[in-house]
Amino acid sequence: MERYISLAHGDGGELSHRLIRDVFIEAFGDTDTALFDAALLKVTGDNIAITTDSFVVKPIFFPGGSIGKLAVAGTVNDLAVSGARPVYLTCGFVIEEGFSISELKKIVRDMANEAQKTGIKIVAGDTKVVERGSADGVYINTTGIGFYEENAGCSLDFEEGDAIILSGTIGDHGIAVLAARGELGISVPINSDCASLNRMIGEILNQTKGVRIMRDPTRGGLATTLVEIAEDFHLTMKIIEANLPIKEEIHGVCDLLGFDPLYLANEGKVIIIVENHEKEKVIDILRGFPEGKDAVVIGSIIGQQKGQLLLETPLGSKRLLTRLSGTMFPRIC
Amino acid sequence: MLEILKQSTNPEICKPLVEAVIDKAKEFHRKFGRKPAFMEVCGSHTMALARTGVKQCLIDDVKLISGPGCPVCVTDQKSIDAMIALAEGDNRIICTFGDMMRVPGSVKTLLDSKIAGKDIRVLYAPIEAVSIAEKNPDKEVVFLGIGFETTIPILTLMVSEAEKRGIHNFSIWMTTKLVEPALRYLLKEGEVKLDGFLLPGHVSIVLGENSYNYLVEEYNTSGVITGFETAELLTGIYKLIDLSLECQISIENNYPSVVSKTGNQVIQKWLKKYLTECDEAWRGIGVIPNSGLDLKPEYDLYNAKKRFTVHVGEPKKTKCRCGEVIRGLISPNECSLFGKACHPMNPIGPCMVSAEGSCAAYYQYMRESY
Repeated sequence: MERYISLAHGDGGELSHRLIRDVFIEAFGDTDTALFDAALLKVTGDNIAITTDSFVVKPIFFPGGSIGKLAVAGTVNDLAVSGARPVYLTCGFVIEEGFSISELKKIVRDMANEAQKTGIKIVAGDTKVVERGSADGVYINTTGIGFYEENAGCSLDFEEGDAIILSGTIGDHGIAVLAARGELGISVPINSDCASLNRMIGEILNQTKGVRIMRDPTRGGLATTLVEIAEDFHLTMKIIEANLPIKEEIHGVCDLLGFDPLYLANEGKVIIIVENHEKEKVIDILRGFPEGKDAVVIGSIIGQQKGQLLLETPLGSKRLLTRLSGTMFPRIC
Repeated sequence: MLEILKQSTNPEICKPLVEAVIDKAKEFHRKFGRKPAFMEVCGSHTMALARTGVKQCLIDDVKLISGPGCPVCVTDQKSIDAMIALAEGDNRIICTFGDMMRVPGSVKTLLDSKIAGKDIRVLYAPIEAVSIAEKNPDKEVVFLGIGFETTIPILTLMVSEAEKRGIHNFSIWMTTKLVEPALRYLLKEGEVKLDGFLLPGHVSIVLGENSYNYLVEEYNTSGVITGFETAELLTGIYKLIDLSLECQISIENNYPSVVSKTGNQVIQKWLKKYLTECDEAWRGIGVIPNSGLDLKPEYDLYNAKKRFTVHVGEPKKTKCRCGEVIRGLISPNECSLFGKACHPMNPIGPCMVSAEGSCAAYYQYMRESY
């Protein structure tokens, strides 16, 4: 097989055929869904969740993950936090001419592994090749389809006193990717938290009642995601700075370079807002999974009018948190 | 070290410190009939005071005024316009700290130029600019050299590295600033009434405790060199109130773990080797003689101002009051643009953009909408 992607790999001819056979089918397997131009799927439930996401992370391989793992986990998590069970996935590749086929194979293998772990089936795909310089290596789009049951997911029935739970440390992905780009001028022993959370979230929904909403704090970080919830549902939420789980290494890098961990991206964390008396149970379930071992209550809903997020500092003073406003980070997902 | 840092933010230590500072400030008020007023010179102090909540906790009892310590904010508009114009030239790669990207020029920002296709790169490790020059021998690589005594040594390191590697397509657009001339200006003008300065911790690592003796000897003013963690900020303020109460004038070192009497001699030698004093224009102040450092003539090869000619007109006038904010004359919310026309997504002046800017700190941490 050729070592690099050429424009001919995207022209629909023999090379395209070989690329699909030797790279994609090799990793994803051949199924009868590939017999037609569209995957024909049997749908058992009435309720379908669908989400799509594009991945342009640079570098494409980083400590703790790759663009391939991220492209599956990111979409799986979007389905999971919406209360759906991930079932089918499609993927579209835009590849730059000259891209190494062995790297492409590694990426595709990461996707296959992550899909297998989560139980999602990759049922359709597409590949396009663009001229050298028209893209940066490889971009991947994935669309996920999930099933959900009525009344089994997030109730959105928020009440004052509801607990805000975070499944683990913040900022790991953002810093791991920045460090992997080699631009920080320091080496940081941090892995991205990139992980699929569907099994852990499935357990929460199976075993507890009173989950109001779940979100994964990806781009924009914890603060931006919480501000969005506060504004969308007119809630006043308070989080306690001293309770926020942040690794010492992340603290160190942030202090040095002026980043705020509240706004750094995460790719394997979930925020769960839950009825107050269910919080211990949720924490116990989360801590039973490796991805949730550092789960902790970080705050609560304190009012239902204003649509704002407050942070209580260790000194007891409060300050308003807003969305990330225009800080420039390199591509992180 | 991490343990010390943890202690510096431990609420069990910091909350009683807040109370002690407030008690001391009330004592000051009883004695002098007003709140004690101090200026934090450093932009990182401005941010740290707001982020940790120290400023909010002391707001009724201690007047903390932000000073001219944010390097992007004190750079005058013509200089900003010149750097943006520099980026318009062909065959150039402009390297900069991230803060500069969204600083409004009279016509556009560096970010606008980047979107329009100019090669402008944000660096976290400035020394990377030299490697970029090495990898792009057919391009001119220019680093935008903004900063105080903490940043300036890095600029000299870049020149040294370029010399060592024999790189001739690398240069720095120097618009650096020094702390001492700015403090002398403020004290001479006397526009702000101060009981002392919270002196910058990082700058002091380079300059040393003794470098501030002029405050005592010539201006009868105290200063406390202070770190950036909650407990350090609080003890620094406590010491300043204590000195004022006792009517003592002195320079205290509240950051002795890293600041010595005479500073970092190695860095000082480097600065002397490569740089010479020059006049610099400050936003809201104008030209202060000998208030910046430029490369010595023997390093003209690395001096972008000697290599490139940039033409800019008179800066566009706006209602932005950053100049007064920098001089400590008004607090950000006294500017009619603050939070309305001027906010982080649409900054009118640099103080709203920079990570060390007073307006950005106030907007991010001090808005009272709850």
